[in-house]
Amino acid sequence: MASLTAAEPLQKTPLNAVHRALGARMVDFGGWDMPVEYSGIIDEHLAVRNAVGLFDVSHMGEIEVRGPQAFDLVNTLTPNAVARLEDGQAHYSALLYPNGTFVDDILVHRMGPEHYFLCVNASNQRKDFEWIESRNHFDAEAEFASEKYAQLAIQGPRAIETLGKLTATDLDAIGYYWFERGQVLDVPAIIARTGYTGEDGFEIYVAPEEGARLWNAILEAGEEFGIKPCGLGARNTLRLEAAMSLYGHEIDDTITPYEARLGWIVKLKKGEFVGRDALVEQKEKGLTRRLGGLEMTGRGIGRDGYRVFDGDRDIGWVTSGSPGPSVGKSIALAMLSIDKGEPGTEVEVEIRGRRVGACVTPTPFYSRKK
Amino acid sequence: MYPSEFKYTKEHEWVRLDGDTATVGITDHAQDQLGDVVFVELPRTGVRTQAAQSFGTVESVKAVSDVYAPLTGQITAINETLIDAPEQLNTSPHEKGWLIKIKVEDKAELDDLMSAEQYQAYIGAEKES
Repeated sequence: MASLTAAEPLQKTPLNAVHRALGARMVDFGGWDMPVEYSGIIDEHLAVRNAVGLFDVSHMGEIEVRGPQAFDLVNTLTPNAVARLEDGQAHYSALLYPNGTFVDDILVHRMGPEHYFLCVNASNQRKDFEWIESRNHFDAEAEFASEKYAQLAIQGPRAIETLGKLTATDLDAIGYYWFERGQVLDVPAIIARTGYTGEDGFEIYVAPEEGARLWNAILEAGEEFGIKPCGLGARNTLRLEAAMSLYGHEIDDTITPYEARLGWIVKLKKGEFVGRDALVEQKEKGLTRRLGGLEMTGRGIGRDGYRVFDGDRDIGWVTSGSPGPSVGKSIALAMLSIDKGEPGTEVEVEIRGRRVGACVTPTPFYSRKK
Repeated sequence: MYPSEFKYTKEHEWVRLDGDTATVGITDHAQDQLGDVVFVELPRTGVRTQAAQSFGTVESVKAVSDVYAPLTGQITAINETLIDAPEQLNTSPHEKGWLIKIKVEDKAELDDLMSAEQYQAYIGAEKES
């Protein structure tokens, strides 16, 4: 396990010491020294489904776009309809290449008519910023703002009660994918009702030097509800059950939104945007492959990258696979040949040289009761 | 934590010898590194293991890990209870979570393995690297 090659030093979030003090198992996650688990992935996963969990997601990147043509820049570089956003509203979207594949998937928050706040993936943040800069022919300024924020995610049915103890902001009044600027304790915060777990919850953005103090305050506030600190391991099983995409797995620079079942973020009627022509063409020609859900019917776990077969025919690959702690089955997302994507189709996953039965299923695997 | 009557491998398996039967499992350190074990794949009885070769896999939520035979010999028993209760590898790695029993051919192979004291020093060093 030891290596003599000098690697780039791992980047750390402002909460690194807090995780280590809590005894978290730390891993290199795309160049970041991040907690993968504290009490155990299943325990943390179930805490989020049944009560509340707290995640440090400060590795995520932030890019702020300001100026008279901030709207034009964001609207040109993303497929979703930015014009539909009101102040205080956010949506899921993407940065696409001209061929319609993903630079990244992102959240766009409209802070004001001339100010947009983008939350982007940790490992893509530099690439995203350079991409935006290279396409910025507008009267707008893009700022690489990742160092200005720590981001904490409070997720689960008791998230609202937990955070409610620490803020005067009326959390009930914040709709799903809306946000407010308020205070948590005495700390100015963007409080967004967003998440990556399939549960109700909030993601808050605060000054990095306040991250540790807020982390501790949230854990204390949530104690009566059974809050658990949660790592990236549970974050992955939670998002997989909710069939949410992860860059480098379901989406990347070879896959389009239509193929990833993210056609709902593509608003062709809004007019020009980067990637539009390629997506129009793909829509006209029809898809050859599309993301689907799999449930293992045989004994085994289909892991990321494993091939999927229909008899002798290679029909695709697992993009993410894991036991689903809340569905009680081994589940996977897989990129499948379009003719084999119908729910109910019996397929096989090749697990270390052995074929194991699986069945195409509708996604998400888990939906919370509203 | 690490019984002194066991021997240990660098791949984090333990061996307990009773007569010429060796019981094999993964160490507490190994289960801690893996996290929640959800699936165990073992060979059939009668299969012959070769020292230092993989004989099965242990899967946690997040990873798949090979397990290696500390000794050469024929497998005389596998722990069937792990099929329905793989979490025993987490809760009782050195007892209920045993994996296989081997009829040992050459007890001299045990000399290549670590004592409890050596193993603890080994994982201590690994943690710091």
